[in-house]
Amino acid sequence: MEVPILKQGHYLIASIQSALTDADLSQLREALIERVGKYRSRGVIVDVTALDVMDSFAVRTLRDIAHMARLRGAETVIVGIQPEVAFAMVQLGLTLKGVSTALDLEEGLAFLDRQARERIERVQGRIPRG
Amino acid sequence: MADELLVPIAADVDVVSARQKGRELAAEAGFSSGDQTVIAAAISEIARNILMYAKRGEITLRTVMNGDLDGLVVVARDQGPGIPDVARALQDGYSTSGGLGLGLPGARRLMDDFDVVSIPGKGTTVTMKKWRRRHA
Amino acid sequence: MAAKGKDTQAPSPLDPQAPSESTAALLRELVAHLRQNRTQLREEWARRITRAQLLTAMTEEEIFAEATSVYDNYVEALETGTFEALQAYARNLSERIIPRGVETHEVIGIVLLLRDVLARSLFGKYHEDFDKLNRILDAYEPAANRIANTVAVGFVQERERIIRQQQEAIRELSTPVLQVRERLLILPIIGVIDPQRARQLTEQLLRAIRTNRAKVVVIDITGVAAMDSNVANHLVQTVEASRLLGATVIVTGLSPEIAQTLVTIGVDLSEMATVGDLQGGIEEAERLLGYKVLALEEVTPKA
Repeated sequence: MEVPILKQGHYLIASIQSALTDADLSQLREALIERVGKYRSRGVIVDVTALDVMDSFAVRTLRDIAHMARLRGAETVIVGIQPEVAFAMVQLGLTLKGVSTALDLEEGLAFLDRQARERIERVQGRIPRG
Repeated sequence: MADELLVPIAADVDVVSARQKGRELAAEAGFSSGDQTVIAAAISEIARNILMYAKRGEITLRTVMNGDLDGLVVVARDQGPGIPDVARALQDGYSTSGGLGLGLPGARRLMDDFDVVSIPGKGTTVTMKKWRRRHA
Repeated sequence: MAAKGKDTQAPSPLDPQAPSESTAALLRELVAHLRQNRTQLREEWARRITRAQLLTAMTEEEIFAEATSVYDNYVEALETGTFEALQAYARNLSERIIPRGVETHEVIGIVLLLRDVLARSLFGKYHEDFDKLNRILDAYEPAANRIANTVAVGFVQERERIIRQQQEAIRELSTPVLQVRERLLILPIIGVIDPQRARQLTEQLLRAIRTNRAKVVVIDITGVAAMDSNVANHLVQTVEASRLLGATVIVTGLSPEIAQTLVTIGVDLSEMATVGDLQGGIEEAERLLGYKVLALEEVTPKA
């Protein structure tokens, strides 16, 4: 099942619609990385609202996406993790450490906007680097 | 009063199928939504293990009763290479496939009872259970 | 009565004896008698229940209807020697009558009355053959005791189950998660937390974060005296899970003892945002919430 990826300005938004197999997740990763490069995106949002389970493979894939996107200059935000899914994840010991998370698409976009502004300001010298 | 379901694991989609059926059965047995998610996650981990290491196997899902407790029993069987050092495999962070590991120890953390029997060269059977007190 | 395995112990009043030929035959005779006189014995029993002023919460029709079911189940238990059906019936009956306000002493009372009514009818039938009467009572007694026990225990278990259910409901209702400002939630934890309660609190908090779109959560543990490593682990999981929902957690009221417990289980306290007291925590939270807006104003060039 292919995950639809929308381009919104400088951002890519991947909305997962239903349960994904490992192969689907890998495909999503490849598709996102390719597009980040192609469009020189500044941000990636992966919306997992529809996922009712997040296991180690899913988490690993999301971490890979965030890592590879960052290498290409894009920030990744995972949005829409359900309360029960979050709880199961922490019990499983999966933390998504190093990957930004937000409540939903709206928050995710706000986060990316803030990041982009701060990046600009940092470049302009108004906020100290680091 | 037992319900039993057999899910063959031979491909990617079966992992999804196994965890969805696990969730459904857990829901029927009256487990809370949170517990259903936890059970589905544990099944997902174990099913993937079968695929990764044994290429094929099967998962049986069963509801049982014990006094005033209702339980869901998951038995994952394969005829794969087996696990030479079960104790080590149950440790966090240990993985022979370069991944995060987490399959066995993670699933164990999520479930109430957890048992692994593995004979190198013959295969592996993982039995895990989750219980809840019957509220009628 | 079903044959049990070899039992060399002396039969206790609660255990049916390993049956000899004659015991089985006696019980069959007894059961036949109880069936034959069913109507009359049932009515006698119902009368005595009313006279003893038991089951006052129920109407006479209801008492008679239940009396019929209990009687039939009683006789069947005597006949088969198995008590599962009786147990199931006892629970079912209890489930229906407990909400009506029927109490334990009433249930035990009516079962003992039935036992008495049946025993007296046996006296009536066999009064001319004292020896036979003795033997019939020997067969009847242990089974009757077991029946009374089964019904009483079934009732009590059902009561306990209902009480647990009510406690659960009370816990669910008392949602301690408070929304004090927009996007800010406070979860004050007080007293002793067992693992089950801890899990419940976490689930409620996570749901509240989603519903209120909270960005900052202040978890106040000033009122928690001590925490074992399990619950401490749980606190850490709650913080991590909240982060997955995009919320920042500030823990306030951390006592030195609890801080020690956290360190012992491997928590890096420098990673966890902690503030001394609740007030300070709220101020920090407001700062976090307001900070983002402030930062924008600060960096936007004026004119």
